[in-house]
Amino acid sequence: MKLIVNGKESDFADSLTVSKLLVEQKVKMPDMVSVELNGQILRRTKFGETILKDGDKVEFLYFMGGGCGLN
Amino acid sequence: MGLTEQQIERYSRHIILEQVGGAGQEKLLNSKVLIIGAGGLGAPAGLYLAAAGVGTIGIVDSDKVDLTNLQRQIIHHTSDVGVEKVKSAENKMRAINPNIAVRTYQTRVDAENISDIIRQYDFVIDGTDNFPAKFLINDACYFNRVPFSHAGILRFDGQLITVLPGETTCYRCIFSAPPPADAVPSCSQAGVLGVLAGVIGSWQATEAIKYLLGIGDLLTNTLLTYDALTMDVRKVRLNRNVNCPLCGENPQITELKDEGQVVCDLKSCKC
Repeated sequence: MKLIVNGKESDFADSLTVSKLLVEQKVKMPDMVSVELNGQILRRTKFGETILKDGDKVEFLYFMGGGCGLN
Repeated sequence: MGLTEQQIERYSRHIILEQVGGAGQEKLLNSKVLIIGAGGLGAPAGLYLAAAGVGTIGIVDSDKVDLTNLQRQIIHHTSDVGVEKVKSAENKMRAINPNIAVRTYQTRVDAENISDIIRQYDFVIDGTDNFPAKFLINDACYFNRVPFSHAGILRFDGQLITVLPGETTCYRCIFSAPPPADAVPSCSQAGVLGVLAGVIGSWQATEAIKYLLGIGDLLTNTLLTYDALTMDVRKVRLNRNVNCPLCGENPQITELKDEGQVVCDLKSCKC
């Protein structure tokens, strides 16, 4: 299936959960990432149970301090 | 009132703009903007807003200028090392434009003092360097309904969003709470490209001026992200979050309180 992750379209295996996508995309510190799925912020507690569908738009949103550092 | 001849000359490049004009410049002269943090983001914002003739500019910071600040905090000069940041910033803003009022607050915003300060202003620029302050500003601006520009910078990346509290997506709509303490390395390890602060802080000043003039499209319900290495600029559309603990349907945050400091020991932090 195709997903649009942070504006870029790529192929992914079917039945992928948001949690697994975070791993697959090698997102560092997934606890600190907010996920927007098709225009709505997804509750963190739903990451494991939310299965992505073909054409879904996913945005990873990162904490950014003002010169302080993460990642 | 009307503009004096000297003002017409000073602001002529604004006044000639159809979207500003004499009336718009008068609006700016009668406006009040608060900059919280006289650091990397607050420096260009303060300089440009002073130059633009924003009539009253407040600036909040409790720190003194440190040598490590000068790589990006362009409102402070080498001769200012050791001087209170608000004083240093005030001097430069007055030097650019002696006709504006600068109010300085040599303090750190907290749940006790922030509302009394921000209520006096039309727009707030969050130029702070830590998450508890960013959440406090978001919450205080929500409870007092003061519009603000949020921004963050890190290494080569920056992001910003403009919030009209109660009307558009707020910081807690995106991030419900500050990051956990053990997930955040110390700020001195990460670094930041100095000019990135100039880019993002200047965009914050742009949003303030647009808001004050009522022109263009504000960066509301949209997070702008910028990668200085690739020069990718993205606008991520973000709808309000019904589960937002502050402005959602069932808010859990009903009064202002300080979030625990989780990023670093700010007294020794030179970020």
